[in-house]
Amino acid sequence: MQMNGLRNFIDKIKPTFSEGGKLSWLSQTFGGFETFAFTPNKVTQRGSHVRDAVDMKRAMITVVIALVPAMLFGMWNIGYQTSEALVAQGGEAFGWWYCLWFGFVRMLPMLVVSYVVGLGIEFTYAQIRGHEVYEGYLVSGFIIPMIVPVTTPLWQLALAVAFAVIFAKEVFGGTGMNFLNPALVARAFLFFSYPTHMSGDKVWIAADMWGSDALTGATPMGELATGMHPQASALDMIIGTIPGSTCETSVIAIALGALILLISGIASWRTMLAVFIGGGAMGLLFNAIGANEYMQLPFYYHFIMGGFAFGAVFMATDPVTSAQTNCGKWIYGILIGAFAVLLRVLNPAYPEGMMLSILLMNCFAPLIDHCIIQQNIKKRQRRALAEGKEVKA
Amino acid sequence: MAKNNPITVQVLGICSCLAVTAQLKPAFVMAVSVTVVVALSNLIISLLRNTIPPRIRIIVQLVVVSTLVILVNQVLQAFVYDVSKQLSVYVGLIITNCIVMGRLEAFAMSHKPMESVMDGIGNGLGYGVILVILGFFRELFGSGTLWGYPVMEKLGLYNIGYENNGLVIMAPMALILVGVIIWIQRTKDKDLQEN
Repeated sequence: MQMNGLRNFIDKIKPTFSEGGKLSWLSQTFGGFETFAFTPNKVTQRGSHVRDAVDMKRAMITVVIALVPAMLFGMWNIGYQTSEALVAQGGEAFGWWYCLWFGFVRMLPMLVVSYVVGLGIEFTYAQIRGHEVYEGYLVSGFIIPMIVPVTTPLWQLALAVAFAVIFAKEVFGGTGMNFLNPALVARAFLFFSYPTHMSGDKVWIAADMWGSDALTGATPMGELATGMHPQASALDMIIGTIPGSTCETSVIAIALGALILLISGIASWRTMLAVFIGGGAMGLLFNAIGANEYMQLPFYYHFIMGGFAFGAVFMATDPVTSAQTNCGKWIYGILIGAFAVLLRVLNPAYPEGMMLSILLMNCFAPLIDHCIIQQNIKKRQRRALAEGKEVKA
Repeated sequence: MAKNNPITVQVLGICSCLAVTAQLKPAFVMAVSVTVVVALSNLIISLLRNTIPPRIRIIVQLVVVSTLVILVNQVLQAFVYDVSKQLSVYVGLIITNCIVMGRLEAFAMSHKPMESVMDGIGNGLGYGVILVILGFFRELFGSGTLWGYPVMEKLGLYNIGYENNGLVIMAPMALILVGVIIWIQRTKDKDLQEN
C-alpha cells in the first residue's frame, strides 16, 4: 500500500522532470532517486556490468547486504572495545545491547557524512554531464566508514570522500571507468594526510559518550610492529573482539558476507582464493626465514589480523578494478596477498599492507589482462596456423 | 604565458615543480632563478647562434646554461642562504631542466636576441606562476603557513580541530594539483582540448 503511494507520487511528479518539464534540468537527480526506490524496467547496457543480466543497482545492493553482518558486528565491537577499556580503568562494563547502540551512534555520523558528500558529488557530476546517476557509490559509501578508525574526525572523512570520488572516479569518467578502488583511495588519503589519526594505539577505541580522555588499545599488528607478541588469541581475532578499523575485525562476519557474494556470483571466487593463497605462501616463506617475532608468526595469523580478510573479500574482488580474465584473477589475487604480507612484515612504517597492496595491484590489473589476452590471441593464431587456415593479423 | 605554458601545456619541468613547491618561498626563489637562467641563456645562445657549429650545439648550450646556473647558485648562497639550502640540488638541476634546453633548441637557435629574451622571460614566468600557485596551496594546507607566517594558527583553526594535511607535502599531491590546474585551464580554454 505504502509502496503504491510512493510509486503514484513518483509517476505524478515525473513529467515535471522529463524533457520540456519545469524542472527538466534536474532529471538526472530525479532518475537517481526513482531507480533507488524501484527496480527500473531496464537492465544496464554498458559500464562495469555489461557482463550481467541484472541492473547494476541490484548487484550493488547485494554487496551492501553482504556487508551488513560485518557492519553490525563492527558497531557492537566499537561499544565492546570502549567498555573493555573502561573496565580496565576501573569503570563499569556496558550491556550487550548498549554496546550495539553505542557503536551505532558512533557509526551513523560517519555513514551520513560519507553518503552526503559522496552522493552529492556524484549527483552534481551526473547533472553536469547529463547521464543517469550511477550506483557505484552505494557500495563505496558504505565501505568507507567501515575501514577507518572509529575516532576519525568527520571533516577529515568528508575531505577523504570528496578526494576519492573526484580524483579516483569522476576524472576517469565515473562508475565503471575508475581503475582504483575509491574506498581504498579515501583510506589512503586519510592514512597519508593525517597519519596520527590512522595508526598508533590511541585511535582504535572511541571515548565514551561524555567525552572523557582518549582510550588506548593497540591492534595486534600494532603490537607486532613494535616487536611484541599480540595479546589477543587467534580465537579473539576470528570472532573479532579486538581493536581495529571499525568493521574489519570479525572474520566470521566477513565470511558470512563472502558467502553471500559467492552464492550470488558477484565476487569472483578465483580472486578471493588467490589472495589467501598468496598471503599464505608469503607467510610460510617468512616462517622459513624466521628472523624475528613477526616472521615466526604462523601464516594463518595474517588472514585473521587487520584488514586482510575484509580486503580479500570486499575490496580485491571489486569487479571494476580487479583483473577480468580468469587467469589474470589468479595472478592479481596472489600478488595482492603476497605484497600485503610482505609490507606488513618488512616495513614497520606501514603496519597494514592490505590497502597499499590492493591499490598497487589495481594499477596493474589492466596490464595483467592485456598480457593474458595477447597470449590467448597468439595461442589461437598458432593453432589456426597449424590447422592451415588463413589468419588475419 | 597561459596558452603555451611550459608546465601545463608542454608538460616540461615537472620534476623540479614537484620537488621545490612544498613551501612558497623556495618555490618563488626557484621561479625567479629559472626565469633568469632561461632569459639570459636564450640571449647568449641567440647572439652566438650563427657561430655555433650545429654538430656541437648541445655542448655549447650546456656550457652556457651551466655557467649561468652556477652564477645563480652563488648569488642564492650569498643572499638567501637558508632558501638555497632548502633548494639544495634543484638549483644545480636547472641545467637539466627541459624548459631551458627546450627553449634554446626550439627558439633561441633561430631567432634574434631581443625576441629570444622575451621568449625566455615568458617561459620562465609561465613556469614560475605554476610554481607559486603550487607553493601557495601546498604550504597553506600542508604546513598551515604562508611565507613562514602561521596563517592557520592566527585564524584559530587548530583550536576547532583543524589539522595540517600530510599528503599535500608529498610529491604525489603536487602532481595531482598540477593535474587540477591543467584541468581548469582546459575547461576554460577550448583550444587546448584534444580528442
